[in-house]
Amino acid sequence: MKMSKRTLFGFVGATMLATAPIQAFAQDWEPRKPIDFVIMAGAGGGADQIARFIQAVAEQQDLTTRPLVPNNKGGGSGAEALIHVNTANDPDHTILVTLNSFFTTPLRQENLGIDIQTFTPVAMMGVDPFVLWVHKDSGITTFDDYVAKVQEMDGEFVMGGTGAGQEDSIVIAYMSGAYDLDIKYIPYDGGGAVAKDLAGQQIMATVNNPAEAKGFYEAGDFVPLLAFSDERMPAYPDVPTIKEMGHDFSYYNQRAVVGAPGMSDEAAAYYQDLFTTIYQSDEWQGYLTSESLSPLWMDASEQRDYWALQVENHQNLLAALGE
Amino acid sequence: MDVLLLLADGMLVSLQPLNLMMIIIGVTLGLFIGAMPGLGSVNGVAILLPVTFLVPPSSAIIFLAAIYYGAMYGGAVSSITLGIPGASTAVATTFDGRPLAKQGRASLALVTAALASFVGGTVANILFTLFAPLLASVALSFGPPEVFALMLLAFATFVGLGGDDIPKTIFSICFGLVLGAVGFDQISGAPRLVLFDYNGFLQGIGFLVLAIGVYGIGEMLWTIDQTRGDVTATTPKMTMKGVAADAKEATKRGWKGTAIGSLLGFFVGILPAAGATPGSLMSYGVAKIVSRNPEEFGKGAVDGVAAPEAANNSASTGSMLPMLTLGIPGSPTTAILLGGMVIWGLVPGPRLFVDEEQFVWGLIGSFYISNVAAVLINLAFIPVFIWMLRMPFTILAPMIFVLSIAGGYAATRDMFDIWLMVVFGIGAFFMRKFDYPLAPAVLAIVLGPIAEPTLRQSLLLSSGDPSIFFTRPVAGPITVVALILIFLPALKFLRRSPAKSKNPAS
Repeated sequence: MKMSKRTLFGFVGATMLATAPIQAFAQDWEPRKPIDFVIMAGAGGGADQIARFIQAVAEQQDLTTRPLVPNNKGGGSGAEALIHVNTANDPDHTILVTLNSFFTTPLRQENLGIDIQTFTPVAMMGVDPFVLWVHKDSGITTFDDYVAKVQEMDGEFVMGGTGAGQEDSIVIAYMSGAYDLDIKYIPYDGGGAVAKDLAGQQIMATVNNPAEAKGFYEAGDFVPLLAFSDERMPAYPDVPTIKEMGHDFSYYNQRAVVGAPGMSDEAAAYYQDLFTTIYQSDEWQGYLTSESLSPLWMDASEQRDYWALQVENHQNLLAALGE
Repeated sequence: MDVLLLLADGMLVSLQPLNLMMIIIGVTLGLFIGAMPGLGSVNGVAILLPVTFLVPPSSAIIFLAAIYYGAMYGGAVSSITLGIPGASTAVATTFDGRPLAKQGRASLALVTAALASFVGGTVANILFTLFAPLLASVALSFGPPEVFALMLLAFATFVGLGGDDIPKTIFSICFGLVLGAVGFDQISGAPRLVLFDYNGFLQGIGFLVLAIGVYGIGEMLWTIDQTRGDVTATTPKMTMKGVAADAKEATKRGWKGTAIGSLLGFFVGILPAAGATPGSLMSYGVAKIVSRNPEEFGKGAVDGVAAPEAANNSASTGSMLPMLTLGIPGSPTTAILLGGMVIWGLVPGPRLFVDEEQFVWGLIGSFYISNVAAVLINLAFIPVFIWMLRMPFTILAPMIFVLSIAGGYAATRDMFDIWLMVVFGIGAFFMRKFDYPLAPAVLAIVLGPIAEPTLRQSLLLSSGDPSIFFTRPVAGPITVVALILIFLPALKFLRRSPAKSKNPAS
């Protein structure tokens, strides 16, 4: 009975795969307990917002038999999360929401013994661009104003970010090098805290993802000056890109989900299906638009190639920045 | 005026049959989840979030608010009856709640906790209603130097906590600070104090692990040692008349602590960096300082139960403020609520109060109703909680042990933390044997990880110049008050015993 059912499903699955990849084919594996949904960042930042959103979509549409339980482990630029997942004693129930520290942290801290190629690709949910923001009361309205102001303050211009070697610091370091800027950089424990302190004018500028700054932008508190995306963003059509300024640089944060090393193929297939469904949901597509993320869908093998490429890119970036 | 109309509307919506039912179920579930050591409002809200998709969003948020309130009340229950903090926010409640229970006055402690929680929650709701936009700008004006000054003030309030033995108190604080420094360094990202190369230390020492170890296991060992297991459990009687008498006594002896906790707790709660746990600990310290009988604290002071309980409710409501106005969750629970809100199409942030007026005030309205429901349901359950205390200690002790272990595991789902908890329990027992105060260590492990990064951020801002703590308009006065509080008892101590040349203030 079971045998024939499985064969049948296999057959149907093969046909369906060609037409509608969302429709899950025979699910042999299902989670048996709550899924440890580890987040590589603190509460309130971009990665956290996305994880909460994904969890809510899964709950609302009843996509999982066991809940995804968000678990913030932002310590050590995500090293805490990587170690937690790397040594997970139940890899089939441990998945990780990543950002680019997935690439940079193992490079910067080789003693952690993390090889990201041992992790299991699940889904690439999109890439998040970066924008340079200032407070409206700063009087700065254009990127030229900004450059002039930073140079005038001669080392006293304060920017906040999420720490040395983190995504925003790579962007800031590149920008500083390109325009000869001397910036005082204060590390915080997450993009949410950074945005809050710009709103309170504790710091003078930030490089935040649009999702983190959007609320303050819409309230009129934040002014976007420069985008680090390949092209101008639909939500910010008047904001120039650094490419337009003649610098061949763009930088995105990956919003991907990966599984723990040693995850069984069945479990990996289950999560790949689950996140395909979430990716194609109206909610997620709406989120990509409203939060200015770019779609960058990849299957499992493409993701591994992408990881290798990103590790190489970041190796060069960090080396160039003297990290 | 519009605001009050919307608020009244929100209250009326909460009183509809379906919503009222959600409130009653939510509060009752929350109460028991909160009373389980290790399980707090975070777990309650996370576990029950899926249920909320079965009902309309307005009912869903009411349900979550009810669980949140119920759990805040429930946290005090195990702190008082078993001496195990039901949640990290209820640690300070054990300081005096447990001694009261041992004196056979558990019902007084429970009634005080319930009433103080009610007042704290109500005061916070009123402050929220009247001043939300203003308070949001207060929260924004707190940059790293201000938060550090506030943490310094918190330490200062606790220097007096260890009784007269100031060197031992300072030692205890330093010990807690060292434990708080374990794990990844936020500023450089480098791992620190990874003792014996155990990976478990990388994530830092969880506060709840320490608190359950110290107060659950440590307390149990202490009781066994003191009584050789020969404890005749107190058999308090519960009657309606008794509750009324307790309520009267609680009001008379706990009003001051309640007032302090309600205001201070709210204020600390609205700062995204802090939250309800520092709020309740600080309120306890301040209540002791202003008390006319500070020597009663730690031995069963009613104010010592009222202050942290009023504060944790007040702070929990306060922590909604940064979530709603800035989109930054002030506590783990609000982070989960945030996830719920996003899926209902609500974008927390500065625009929420303008764009979604009805939702915001409806939510606040439901807070008022949930709070009333929570105090009534809590009072009704007090006899049940008291009944637990009638069990002989030979049954109670293993139960405390099992609950501590289960609670410690529930919080992090990591066996490493269980062993750590047992070690802390044994360590706490010996510290008590040698008369070292434990509360300052517990405070330090909560505040250290907030104080240290803000100190370093501030010094980065000022290029290493410490005057930044004195020259900024908000940080300055707080720093000065904190330093006075730290040095006053130190000076008193030095004058009294000039023979000892230790300098406790560093």
